[in-house]
Amino acid sequence: MSTAAEELHHDDHHHHAPSGIKRWLYTTNHKDIGTLYLWFAFIMFLVGGAMAMVIRAELFQPGLQIVEPNFFNQMTTVHGLIMVFGAVMPAFTGLANWLVPMMIGAPDMALPRMNNWSFWILPGAFTILLASLFMEGGGPAFGWTFYAPLSTTYSNDTTALFVFSVHIMGISSIMGAINVIVTIFNMRAPGMTWMKMPLFVWTWLITAFLLIAVMPVLAGAVTMVLTDKFFGTSFFDAAGGGDPVMFQHIFWFFGHPEVYIMILPAFGIISAIIPTFSRKKLFGYASMVYATTSIALLSFIVWAHHMFTTGMPVAAELFFMFATMLISVPTGVKVFNWVATMWRGSLSFEVPMLFALAFIVLFTIGGLSGLMLAIVPVDFQYHDTYFVVAHFHYVLVTGAIFSIMAAVYYWLPKWTGKMFDITLAKWHFWCSLISVNVLFFPMHFVGLAGMPRRIPDYALQFADFNQWISIGGFAFGLSQLIFLALLIKACRKQGEPVTDQVWEGAEGLEWELPSPAPYHTFETPPVIK
Amino acid sequence: MTTEQTQQDKNGKLVLKLVGVVFGMFGFAYLLVPLYDVFCDITGINGKTSDTAAVYEAVEIDKSRRVTVEFITRTHTGMPWQFEAKTRRVDVYPGELNQVDFFVKNSTAKNYVAQAIPSVSPGTAALYINKTECFCFNHQPLGAGEEALMPMKFYVDPQLPKDIKFFTVQYTLYDVTANAQDVAMNQG
Repeated sequence: MSTAAEELHHDDHHHHAPSGIKRWLYTTNHKDIGTLYLWFAFIMFLVGGAMAMVIRAELFQPGLQIVEPNFFNQMTTVHGLIMVFGAVMPAFTGLANWLVPMMIGAPDMALPRMNNWSFWILPGAFTILLASLFMEGGGPAFGWTFYAPLSTTYSNDTTALFVFSVHIMGISSIMGAINVIVTIFNMRAPGMTWMKMPLFVWTWLITAFLLIAVMPVLAGAVTMVLTDKFFGTSFFDAAGGGDPVMFQHIFWFFGHPEVYIMILPAFGIISAIIPTFSRKKLFGYASMVYATTSIALLSFIVWAHHMFTTGMPVAAELFFMFATMLISVPTGVKVFNWVATMWRGSLSFEVPMLFALAFIVLFTIGGLSGLMLAIVPVDFQYHDTYFVVAHFHYVLVTGAIFSIMAAVYYWLPKWTGKMFDITLAKWHFWCSLISVNVLFFPMHFVGLAGMPRRIPDYALQFADFNQWISIGGFAFGLSQLIFLALLIKACRKQGEPVTDQVWEGAEGLEWELPSPAPYHTFETPPVIK
Repeated sequence: MTTEQTQQDKNGKLVLKLVGVVFGMFGFAYLLVPLYDVFCDITGINGKTSDTAAVYEAVEIDKSRRVTVEFITRTHTGMPWQFEAKTRRVDVYPGELNQVDFFVKNSTAKNYVAQAIPSVSPGTAALYINKTECFCFNHQPLGAGEEALMPMKFYVDPQLPKDIKFFTVQYTLYDVTANAQDVAMNQG
């Protein structure tokens, strides 16, 4: 501890680091940028969550109560955009910034200046997107998937701002991804061979490749929407020889790898936490790497399962159905490996482990409903209902977001040097776990019964379930304020000091560093055993 | 110093390659547009018929079966013309040349230019409808108050799969007046 403090002090003195706001504006330190990303993601999570509260308040009762349908549509659209591009993706990038250099024994990210830029253009992008809500005609109201012709013929002029903000978000993610790839390729400590890398590093490397492959396709899609709407092109306009269905093909060619971008790093996190609290090595390390790679490759040939009802020929529907089901094989390998890691382990249930266990169970529920949706004939019934909403919230909220929370609880003591408030953390976990299921589980039922998504009103018979869902929603929203309180306490460095290893059973380079991790680490590469 | 230099060189080279991938994939998004068209032309799966005239010669008429072809007409939002098929449905022998006329009337006080876009359902039938003449191949101008009969001559390819006994051809009429004027001005 004392040496760490001395080192910190020494570094500050040596570098004449700027203080106050300038420290954060000019910083090129991977730990500072990681912190910025994580706080930004959390703020966006609360903003997007507030929009979800508006949606649930409106859906508490049938009929139109609180907001206009057009505003409701803006809420569903911007909620989706913010949670995907503002909360989940930046949170993972923040974790990558903090952890990848420490895990591979590198002093920093390979391209620190670009790292600074890739973060600082993000607040601009979301300011533009959020500002459009207050302009004449309102913000984007065509769903986060911005299907043509909703986003071309039937949208208002603020669509230009939407397109511009998506461009900036895309550039930010691409720069972040390039940085991760270059860091992992070129900055590994001597002896850190590919198959010695922690799985979080592996999954992020593969995610980064997915990002640079598909974010440019998204950029292309929004650019086509922009030129169709404002400059007279006809990519998606049948009158000019285009085809609106082609929009869906291009969008989902981006969109499906995108969902793996939001879950692969989660697999890496869970693969780090489960062995620690089972006090065993991860079962099947190599198979985890190959499973991740095959999920990433398969993600490019399944996109049309989002469009089964567009009138595809049967042969194509069968192909996309079987390709989609094939993905459950490598995913099943992963779940099997986590369970096998715990088998006969010496388990203990600290907060990160609680979130990791909840992840395994609830993500698997989301995966199973995904398998149901992959079946063409039943998808005709489920398409565009709340069943789909239930499915992707199970994989994204109890999957991606629970893994991010697990990661924060797991590495937070390493970042601050103090143990977080365990009582608050347990309250946060149990409140979130119960409310999230009250929130999303009944959505399966109303979806199967035919309640369509993205509609501000519904038939009377769905009223009871929707009240449960809304109550669960408000409770889940409030539970996150416990997390906020805990994080503020942690950032004020309140709590018991922790050891360097923090968790008994934690293994990896980051746990050999002092707690809190000094501002500069691994300036001389560590020795890899 | 030298190791730092080589490290920077290595990073630079890798960044350059990755940026290349990024631009390549941006280009690929645009390449998907012609690829999609070619793919649909070959397989006919989006229900679009060919936009060039077919030649009717030496086609054998298959008298062993009849196919019902139904015609649906609609005008796109904001297109005020009246538009209907004079014959709603015909029974044809595959290989036999038929003509169906479409009536259009512009009862407004403005000149319009229209473009008709066909769509066949089931989509797989689109490959087997061959048009020797169609109003949908060109822009159709109509002055204020004018009306016209627009012909469409077609034959069903005898190769049409036996399980298709019935298909629908839908024409949607789009208002392309603004674009047509641009073209005229550019040419003038």
